[in-house]
Amino acid sequence: MRRWTPYWLALPAWLWLAIFLVVPIAAMASVSLTTGNLIDGFTQTFSVSNYTDAIAKYSTQLVRSLVYGGVATVIMLVLGYPVAYWIAFKAGHRKSMFLFLLLLPFFVSFVLRTISWGFLLADDGILFGTLKGWGVLPQDFHVLATTVAVIGGLVYNFLPFMILPIYVALERVDPRVIEASYDLYASRLSTFRRVVLPLSLPGVFAGVLMTFVPATADPINAQVLGGTSNTMIGNIVQTEYLVNNDYPTASAISFTLMAVLLIGIFIYARALGTENVLEAAAR
Amino acid sequence: MNNPLLRGLTQSRYSRRDALRVAGFSAAGLALAACGVQGQKAAAPSPSAVADFWSTQKKNGRVVFANWPEYMPEDQEPLKQFQQATGISYEYKEVIQENAEFFGKSEPQLRAGQPLGYDIIVMTNGLQLGKMIQLGYLTALDHKQLPNFAANAGASYKNPAYDANNTYTIPYQAGVTGIAYNTKYVDEDITSIQSLFDKKYEGKVGMMADAQEVGNFGMFAVGVDPDKSTHADWEKAAAKLKEQRDQGIVRKYYAQDYIDAVAKGDVWLSQAWSGDVFQRQLAGEPVKFVVPQEGGTIWIDNMAIPKGAANPVDALMLMDFLYKPEIAAELTAYIQYVTPVNGVQQILAGKSDDDSKALAESALIFPTEADYAKLRPYRTLTNAEEPVYNGLFQTITQG
Repeated sequence: MRRWTPYWLALPAWLWLAIFLVVPIAAMASVSLTTGNLIDGFTQTFSVSNYTDAIAKYSTQLVRSLVYGGVATVIMLVLGYPVAYWIAFKAGHRKSMFLFLLLLPFFVSFVLRTISWGFLLADDGILFGTLKGWGVLPQDFHVLATTVAVIGGLVYNFLPFMILPIYVALERVDPRVIEASYDLYASRLSTFRRVVLPLSLPGVFAGVLMTFVPATADPINAQVLGGTSNTMIGNIVQTEYLVNNDYPTASAISFTLMAVLLIGIFIYARALGTENVLEAAAR
Repeated sequence: MNNPLLRGLTQSRYSRRDALRVAGFSAAGLALAACGVQGQKAAAPSPSAVADFWSTQKKNGRVVFANWPEYMPEDQEPLKQFQQATGISYEYKEVIQENAEFFGKSEPQLRAGQPLGYDIIVMTNGLQLGKMIQLGYLTALDHKQLPNFAANAGASYKNPAYDANNTYTIPYQAGVTGIAYNTKYVDEDITSIQSLFDKKYEGKVGMMADAQEVGNFGMFAVGVDPDKSTHADWEKAAAKLKEQRDQGIVRKYYAQDYIDAVAKGDVWLSQAWSGDVFQRQLAGEPVKFVVPQEGGTIWIDNMAIPKGAANPVDALMLMDFLYKPEIAAELTAYIQYVTPVNGVQQILAGKSDDDSKALAESALIFPTEADYAKLRPYRTLTNAEEPVYNGLFQTITQG
């Protein structure tokens, strides 16, 4: 009897996943293969034309989302790794305070943070208005309603999700391993390159996953900070679903995005050597 | 309270909307599970069926009113007076943020035959209200119980094209879509819609993201009355709007945050709703509103009783109560949009405070006959037309 206990304890979680993940995904898959409209009803036709039509119509926005998500992720990695490194190795006894500061923005809603960015970056707002007043910037300079603003917003909103997993991985690096490296006459650079960096890869992998996926699918930054040519695929799904009530097309786009992201993650995992990464993570 | 940050902090309108959106998504996903979805198209009920329905309904002593934010005085005085006059207790909920979003999350529930939990809802005449009617999600009204509406509703608010004979809806408030501009940056008097297409305002023009709003202005710009437009007209309008976009004249297609952008100077002129501008003017900001000479649109927010509402008789009583001119005047004094009720202007003009007098004299709140002549209603799109229309204009706003 006792050996069944772990299964019983895990059962609620499995049920939760089955009901709130598997069932909706199955339903969505089914809907994505229907045709019709809301008034006359949707019939299950198993026609894949929803997919081909949606991809043909929205390939620009799909590619744009992947590019924005990718660029934002790379920036986050470049900005986030040193921060994680610094907190893990240099922050000393104030570590927990810095971690808290990192998480502090999350006490404010995501959308509100994005809107306050819009406020900060207004053409004649506190930042640019002042700089324009000093003559540092030309009068028609603006950042809002550009690609820079959207990617900047994504970086700002998701950066902690990059830093935290990397920090956790670095935190677990045994200082004696680094000492051993120095004892073996490795320079600081090669110690980092051959000891610290490989040991932190699981964190990098997790960080990239946790930022690239939501950043690519995010509709809020493009809506609040973007201009006329910054529409992302998340905005399209929203419009198709809520405005046009075209449930099949909305579902088909969602599935396409999911498939593209999964393939991308798979390739990335292979390139990084999943087995190494997962093994390292499991230790 | 014109600081957008503060307003966001105190009103949390986006986070609530997001939560509802997520709920709507998952609920709809389940409701639609497997094997397609039955069409729900409903024929209009016969007059005798409507009479039968209402003859079985009784006053229950309570009513739940679902409305938009900032659409009722904060002290809820009109509703309190209703409670005093009728003994009906009320619940007032500001749960409607957008027509599409509200429809999107209500639709699965109504389709499944579950009550929404609201006795009165407010929706703009447009695609979603049209769908509510076509799908049979609204209760046909008993006009015998709406004497104030019959006596006091303005002529332009009776028997509208989107709801013949007010079978399902009566107006709550109306508003005008025109042009707002910031006089600190724009040093001419804007009179024409062509200013929105003027190269000298490159990157400083705001347009609305809504396909109907943006399409209407495209049509005015090419000299077409949206209400009578054809497919060919839409293509002409779309070409004009695409040119405006590709020349970099449009900075952004706004969902609803355009007025902050105009006030801050991020855009200098924008498509705008009259009431938003009037509120900014009272706050002393340099914002002007104009109905362009080519035309503007008038839209109407309507009260309706959703199918399955628990207290339809109480709902009718409240809807009719809001058509008493003195009650409607209280609403107008706070909401500052266009009222569908006759006699409000006189009541406000007779008040002693300056704000009421300013309201009574404002052409934004009480459009003149000449203004009404320039204002066109939205075009009612058929089910076949809707995807064509949306396809044309959404590729511009969501390029």
